[in-house]
Amino acid sequence: MNMVRFLIRRIITGILVLWLVATGTFFLFFAAIPVQSVARNLAGRAASPAVINQVITYYGLNKPLIVQYGHFLDKLVRGNLGQSFLTQEAVTTIIKQDLPPTISVVIGGVLLWLIVGLAVGILSATRARSLFDRFATVGVLAGVSAPTFVVGELLIIFVFVQLNDAGISFIQTGYAPITSGVVPWLGSMILPWVTLAIVQAAVYTRLSRGSLLDTLGEDYIRTARSKGLTERRVLYRHAVRSAMTPVVSQLGIDVGALLGGVLVVEQVFSLHGLGYQIVNAIPSGDQPVVIGLVLLAAAFVVAANIIVDMSYALLDPRVRIS
Amino acid sequence: MSVTELQFQAAAVGDAPVAAIQGRSQWQLTWRRLRSDKVAIASVGVIILMIAFALAAPLIAAITGHPVDQAYPTTGQNSFGNPVGPGVHGFLLGTDQIGRDLLVRIAYGARISLFVGLLTTALATIAGVTLGLVAGYFGGVVDAILARFFDAALAFPFIILALALASVFRPSLTIVIGVISFFSWAGISRIVRGQTLSLKEKEYIEAAKSLGAGPMRIMFIDILPNLLGPVLVLATLYIPTAVTFEATLSFLGIGIPEPAPSWGNILSEAQQFYQVAWWYIVFPALALLITTLAFNLLGDGIRDAIDPRTERIFAGSKATRKRGRRKRGQLSLDQAILVGQQDGQVTDLPITNAGGDVTS
Repeated sequence: MNMVRFLIRRIITGILVLWLVATGTFFLFFAAIPVQSVARNLAGRAASPAVINQVITYYGLNKPLIVQYGHFLDKLVRGNLGQSFLTQEAVTTIIKQDLPPTISVVIGGVLLWLIVGLAVGILSATRARSLFDRFATVGVLAGVSAPTFVVGELLIIFVFVQLNDAGISFIQTGYAPITSGVVPWLGSMILPWVTLAIVQAAVYTRLSRGSLLDTLGEDYIRTARSKGLTERRVLYRHAVRSAMTPVVSQLGIDVGALLGGVLVVEQVFSLHGLGYQIVNAIPSGDQPVVIGLVLLAAAFVVAANIIVDMSYALLDPRVRIS
Repeated sequence: MSVTELQFQAAAVGDAPVAAIQGRSQWQLTWRRLRSDKVAIASVGVIILMIAFALAAPLIAAITGHPVDQAYPTTGQNSFGNPVGPGVHGFLLGTDQIGRDLLVRIAYGARISLFVGLLTTALATIAGVTLGLVAGYFGGVVDAILARFFDAALAFPFIILALALASVFRPSLTIVIGVISFFSWAGISRIVRGQTLSLKEKEYIEAAKSLGAGPMRIMFIDILPNLLGPVLVLATLYIPTAVTFEATLSFLGIGIPEPAPSWGNILSEAQQFYQVAWWYIVFPALALLITTLAFNLLGDGIRDAIDPRTERIFAGSKATRKRGRRKRGQLSLDQAILVGQQDGQVTDLPITNAGGDVTS
């Protein structure tokens, strides 16, 4: 019961945050950009003043801001994100179209960085001070220090170009939909995944190593050992589980902030996903698309946070949700 | 040896311990530990070299005879109009796509990148510390408002805000500095807030209050000095983050506008030439990586030096062997930072703690 009440309360605050973000974005774009320049963008550089005025009336840009805002909220509540100023497509359609590359990058990237990060972290912690641990630690700092796009560019030079020069064309840039076959899809996804993994796995290695080392020093681990449990069981059932708390909270933050990283990755590897869409929508003044995508990203953050908070209770038996 | 001499020596010996057992302040101890950390000292060396490299940019331009914005279409480009490689026609690191000297541009880029990194960190630290102190000390409504504001800011992807601002205004150095500072203060503020919450309950604060000290005095003179350690570590670790932010913004075309070179916008232009000019990407990338790595290593070193309980990563294994169980409720700096980061969630996140400290 507690869980349900907790969930309801979090969803309500989540909606509140989304409303704040929606309002912030709306006013940032509609209030800060002069109507004339928006209309000029839409109508084209050569448009006559008459055409520009027509555009302004057509999109209702001449109505008072507060009326436009009410209209916007009204549509939003009914799940309508509006239409693109440029292509007249519904924003929801655009999102559906551009979601596959982004989702592919995100899911594969998160899985890869979690697997690599946790594996290296756990190995380092159980073999603290070993040669492996030393190397891992230096590797971690190098990864933490590297900006995403630099890693991506270096991978393109040292992997993509080299392989293609050698006549191996498995790895490609640009997105190959999974419907066109798994192999081309993998080929287009591997470098983006590796890029995200190099940048992010480092953080997780560091976190899981530190947290696991701390946990292994706890009394209940000694108790578990003295009960005669195998070291394996002590490590994976008792220690790793509760050592994951900081890892999970970091994952919540990172998945939320991932849109930024994905945007860069999509740019480096020329994948036409949501990030690519927003980079193009902002300078062309396509406000409905921008607001729709920002809201989508914010919804991700909110959802990720709720899931993270709930998983604390699942991971660490000492944590109670009330 | 005369008696007086002996007396004199005895007196000197008698005096000596007084000097020898002179108490060392926390900062002296920290400095001694930091000095013995070879990696941290090497990082300081690298950072100083990088700053010297940035300051010497006009000198490098003068020595090579290649002004920063001067293109050399004849010597700096090959017959296909592509950049020439390192060492060709006196271009030590090669040229860019319009035949400008890459070495000179990287040196001038270092100026902007380091300037942005240091200035934004300073701004974010001042704002973060002030707001964190205020939120932690006054608590209540002030604290709640700041926390909500921060949640909304976190839910708003920063690159998108930067893109938006850059489309509304023109991309400029000021916008870059503003955006990076705006997204950096909150992290520091959370940690300062968390520490302030526990410090303000200490007896010496009560003593200060009973002596009639006002909130300003308590916050900035009694509490702040105790927070300088964590703040220093965080600030050092923020510098490479800020440098990376700047590079990313410039890479997306919303950072430092051309023709002024920054490492980010050099790399942004270089992206199209990956097949013909590896040096165009590799050298600025190296400058960027060396700088951020040095600041990260230094930050880690300072953290280890301030809080010897945290595990020393590089400085030998003795400390790790000795790491025993901590007293319950005592957090290492690492954990304090972690807790601080989660803190915003923890306050509205009703986790009750049935079995003791979650983090320890």
